[in-house]
Amino acid sequence: MSAGGLDDGLRATGRVENALRARRDIGGKCLVVYVTGGLGDDWLETARAVADAGADVVEIGIPFSDPVMDGPTIQAANDAALNSGATPVTILNALRDSDVGVPLVVMTYYNIAFRMGLERFAESLAAAGVSGCILPDLPLEESSAWIEVATDSGVETILLAAPTASDERLQRICERTRGFVYGVGLLGVTGVRAELASSAIEIASRLKPITDVPVLVGVGVGTPGQAVEASQYGDGVVVGSAVVQRMLDQAGPEGVAELVADFRNALDAR
Amino acid sequence: MTLQEPTSEGRFGNFGGRFVPETLMPAVLELESAFREAWADPSFRADLDALLADYAGRPSPMTECHNLSEELGCRLLLKREDLNHTGSHKINNVLGQALLAQRMGKTRLLAETGAGQHGVASATAAALLGMECCVYMGEVDVERQELNVFRMHLLGAEVRTALSGSRTLKDAVNEAMRDWVATVTESHYCLGSVMGPHPYPWMVRTFHEVLGKEARAQSEALLGGPPDVVVACVGGGSNAIGIFSGFADAATELVGVEPAGGAAVGRGLPGVVHGMDSFLMQDEFGQVLEAQSISAGLDYPGVGPEHSHLASIGRARYEAVNDDEVVEAFRMLSRSEGIIPALEPAHALAWVSRERAALAGKSVVVNLSGRGDKDVAQMMDVLG
Repeated sequence: MSAGGLDDGLRATGRVENALRARRDIGGKCLVVYVTGGLGDDWLETARAVADAGADVVEIGIPFSDPVMDGPTIQAANDAALNSGATPVTILNALRDSDVGVPLVVMTYYNIAFRMGLERFAESLAAAGVSGCILPDLPLEESSAWIEVATDSGVETILLAAPTASDERLQRICERTRGFVYGVGLLGVTGVRAELASSAIEIASRLKPITDVPVLVGVGVGTPGQAVEASQYGDGVVVGSAVVQRMLDQAGPEGVAELVADFRNALDAR
Repeated sequence: MTLQEPTSEGRFGNFGGRFVPETLMPAVLELESAFREAWADPSFRADLDALLADYAGRPSPMTECHNLSEELGCRLLLKREDLNHTGSHKINNVLGQALLAQRMGKTRLLAETGAGQHGVASATAAALLGMECCVYMGEVDVERQELNVFRMHLLGAEVRTALSGSRTLKDAVNEAMRDWVATVTESHYCLGSVMGPHPYPWMVRTFHEVLGKEARAQSEALLGGPPDVVVACVGGGSNAIGIFSGFADAATELVGVEPAGGAAVGRGLPGVVHGMDSFLMQDEFGQVLEAQSISAGLDYPGVGPEHSHLASIGRARYEAVNDDEVVEAFRMLSRSEGIIPALEPAHALAWVSRERAALAGKSVVVNLSGRGDKDVAQMMDVLG
């Protein structure tokens, strides 16, 4: 289980980036799907079904009590998972004992890592077979300490790039991010919107010319049609709330997988 | 200037920082440079000073409590922030931030509120300056502070009820931050305490230093020097930092009083939430715990990062009082001095009352950060 080779010249790439590059290299569009860890008894099965249905990478949310970047759907999922006793330890233990089939990324808030201790958290991710990590309340300026220990453990830190950033700031984010660069599709928190925001296309078009790292757009990408639109200028999308809503609706692993297959098919047929 | 400046990363010792979503980072950086520039501009300072004097009613007096001093055995003085326009110290910060927001071209003020005092102050400043105002308030607080909700409506503000989590101040902050992420282009987040990401803890302190400077001069006049002890209640900690700032270079003992059910310094561990690294009530996995206090304004599991720093270097100490002691202090000041305090500063008075033996013969200044009118309906239920 190597953390990554030197196949990119100077930069070491990890499993997340390799998987996304592989998709891009065959002319495909990348699909990263978010699943709330600890939500229901079958969340792990759901993660596997999501991978089988065509997600290139599965993002596992470790719930946090105060998720400021998340809208009502993921907040509700967080609360339900926490109320049923989910902790970072139970979720990572479950991941360690299973094989989802594609590279995994954990998304959580910084205090979860901070409380456990950054080194211990990074080591726990690696031990659980998790290749990447997204911490949406850890901006560039505060990220050095975490990126250092994450890199030591072979964990790719995926940074967000928002529409509010200057070109110079986007450049610095692209230089620091690993795995992919997460273009924030709109000004706002996670959640499905009726239409794709024009900022989703803009952020992808601004990022694409300045980096060779895969450019994915998330936040506000809620339907297969929106996914196709959003990946026009970038390399793919991250889908969260639409999938989590299915989980909350008790659609079961098959029901969630159906939706993911719709996304995969739409992206492949574009 | 007696309290230290934060580092360029917004750190007070190990505490502080800027832990916000990437979307907000440019706004936080822009706010810092706009504040530095405005604070160095004499015309901004003159505008603010004029508002503080002619609109808010500064300076606020310092009142010596002769009756209570005799009862308690110490020399007790109150810094009367309750006499400011809108009824608390919150107006100092809000006028500063609203002027700054206007200067930055923002048209909308966004605020969180617990007891409603910061919400009312924000709504007031927005009305005065012709800005839109949206205040987030937890559902529990909307119920126990309905008078302040009505005041905000009267002032033309929109009050949005936060239904998530504990439905108190912590969740109102979450909702305000979510709103800010979506409306950062036109909105200024008028944060109500010395908390949140840099530059807020430092900027809000700076706007409250006026009360510390006044209190220092008033102490010189009344006591012939700084008092032995300065006491203030601490939720996020803005009134406490304001008054501490006036005495940090003196031999005065600084005491922050937290509610027993929200003692971030007393019972918390370092953690990161709401943009800052500070003491935080949390479980072993880092989930933030719900605070529990009779006072909506102190019902918060965190604390401003500079208080964590002052506690860890030993410059200030932090004590906790329980709800029963607070109710007793609320009655005590009303009866002895004819001043009905807000439940928040009643915490500071409760500590003084409890520690009367240790304080015997000492001069004690309590920051009376707000008046109790807003709490009268709630106290009617409590005192039956």
